[in-house]
Amino acid sequence: MHRNELPPPNRLPSRSTPRDSALYDSLILRTVSRLMMPLLLLLSIYMLLRGHNLPGGGFIGGLLAASAIILQMVAFGPKTARRILPVNYLLLAAFGVFFGAIWGLPAMVAGLPYMQAFWLPEPIPGVGKLGTPVLFDIGVYLTVIGVTTKIALLLVEEPILFPLPAMKPSPVETEDGV
Amino acid sequence: MVFHLFIPIITPMIGGALAVLFNQQRLVARAIALISVLINLGYGLWLMSVVPATGPLVAQASGWFAPFGISLVVDGMSALMVMLAALLMLTTIIYSFYSIDEQREDHFYYPLLLLLLLGVSGAFLTGDLFNLYVWFEVLLVASFGLITLGGSRDQLEGGLKYVVLNLLGSTAFLAGCGLVYGFAGTLNMAHIAERMATLANPGLQTVLAGILLFAFGSKAAIVPLFFWLPSSYHTPPVAVTAIFSGLMTKVGVYALYRTFGLLFQNELATYGPWILLLAGLTMVIGVLGAVAQMNVRRILSFHIISQIGYSVMGLGLASAAGLAAGLVFTAHVMIVKMALFFIGGAAEQIYGTGDLKKMGGLARREPLLALFWFLGILSLAGIPPLSGFIGKLILLQVGVSQQAYLITAVAAGTSILTFFSMLKIWNEVFWKKSYDDVNRLPRVPFGLLAPGAALVILSVALGLLAGPLVDYNAIAGQQAFDRNVYITAVCGADGCEAVYRAALK
Repeated sequence: MHRNELPPPNRLPSRSTPRDSALYDSLILRTVSRLMMPLLLLLSIYMLLRGHNLPGGGFIGGLLAASAIILQMVAFGPKTARRILPVNYLLLAAFGVFFGAIWGLPAMVAGLPYMQAFWLPEPIPGVGKLGTPVLFDIGVYLTVIGVTTKIALLLVEEPILFPLPAMKPSPVETEDGV
Repeated sequence: MVFHLFIPIITPMIGGALAVLFNQQRLVARAIALISVLINLGYGLWLMSVVPATGPLVAQASGWFAPFGISLVVDGMSALMVMLAALLMLTTIIYSFYSIDEQREDHFYYPLLLLLLLGVSGAFLTGDLFNLYVWFEVLLVASFGLITLGGSRDQLEGGLKYVVLNLLGSTAFLAGCGLVYGFAGTLNMAHIAERMATLANPGLQTVLAGILLFAFGSKAAIVPLFFWLPSSYHTPPVAVTAIFSGLMTKVGVYALYRTFGLLFQNELATYGPWILLLAGLTMVIGVLGAVAQMNVRRILSFHIISQIGYSVMGLGLASAAGLAAGLVFTAHVMIVKMALFFIGGAAEQIYGTGDLKKMGGLARREPLLALFWFLGILSLAGIPPLSGFIGKLILLQVGVSQQAYLITAVAAGTSILTFFSMLKIWNEVFWKKSYDDVNRLPRVPFGLLAPGAALVILSVALGLLAGPLVDYNAIAGQQAFDRNVYITAVCGADGCEAVYRAALK
């Protein structure tokens, strides 16, 4: 096929249909993002669990997990990303707020200010100390995953209402001189 | 230490999350919203019954003691505002049941209302300057959502102005917050108040007070900073405009009262005359702007600005009595203004337009609606025996007793202009003969009439039984203006500085 007759690259989806292909088509990215997915998710849980004493926590962990999903979105497209984690991210975020908020309530039942922490006396091997702040952090974690991923999905799947004018390749001198 | 002081914050937060989760079941979402607001209302009423006797109630979030943690402080002013916010939100939710379309309900209308209530309650409760900023952001985010929900061209245009100008105010607030922290080294309001009294650097304090005056002034829509309000408030559904008119600018007024009553009381002597000048200009320009309008909600929007002038006048008088009078007036205007928005909105819904020229003759078709409107405008103008009379009378009394004759005269004169401009709506919408056959208009549903009517009846009751309200606000004004009581309540009898030094050792 002649170079000038190549179909336009994947940046002109038809009006009002959401994009469902990769944002950036690259073999390297696809390979790496497959490898990175479990690593990033593990790292996010690690961050979540160490957060109440050391740098980390629900927010950072949530951002890491969301970035794992967004990486899939960039490499494979939003449809694939949705298939990997088939949840309603908005409801996930709302559930996170609910879950985080209720773990402040035990303190109120005990007659202490909201969010005062209760801890298990002994740390659990491999997980660390457990208490209501960890549960609260899990709520934050879910909220951050939900909100961040939802925003990314909305941006990616947004129909392009005002497509840029078609990119006309500038005339190139080719070998056969056409 | 009162551990359950967090209820007005927790309830809308958990309620909002649940309302999102159950958004598909419309009735469940509505019930959740209603129950959350009722809990807040009950708790607010309880606070109001307790606080005048006990003095400010304090709670420290997760047990971190002041001045290191975030304190929640409820004095008379906060309790009144928490209660009013819940009451007005209750009427809004009931009005929304009958007026909000299903599409908006599907797109998280009730969760946004609860988020707004969360931000407003948090702003009224907090005793920490930066935390106040956070609550302002929460309520602004909710209001951004509410004002553009639906996404019509008008709404987006109004919403853009609203967002941009409010972000300007927020930026000034954040900058002011940072500068106060840099100057005083603390963000706990009680601690700041203590250090402002001891740190001798009057010039810097004046500048800080000026920045916060700009920030909260733009939220409260006082004169040079009010442009966002009339250009955006008439675009969203009536229920949203009404709750905005009741809460948004009043949070700004509350923040002004709190910062100048507590943090910068020394500066109030410097700024008092200037605040009075701004208050007078706000009254006059607001009401004159209203005279030029020909749309129900635009007229009412300009009146919000005009009434803010009265609330700010209470601050400018720079005394406990002035704050008390301002609080009485603010409480009155929150109630009456929302009632007028509800009733005007119902009329707008009947005609399908808010254009005065296309309306008319509603008094014959809906005499009850017309009656409540008329009572509402009498109250707003300050005719006895309605609540507006009490509110204005006390303000004018304090004004005269402090020899602020000019602002008192302006305030009295503005009342007449207010009445005149409200009569314009009365004439055009209710009295003048309609061009079309009035009998063909749809009847107003009970649900659109009831919230406005209930608020007007409340205004009448507050006017007839003004004693408790005035007494309550006299105490609230004193508490808001007495720094020592606040500091003692938050940090103990020795003050925050002693706690701070003891903790450092």
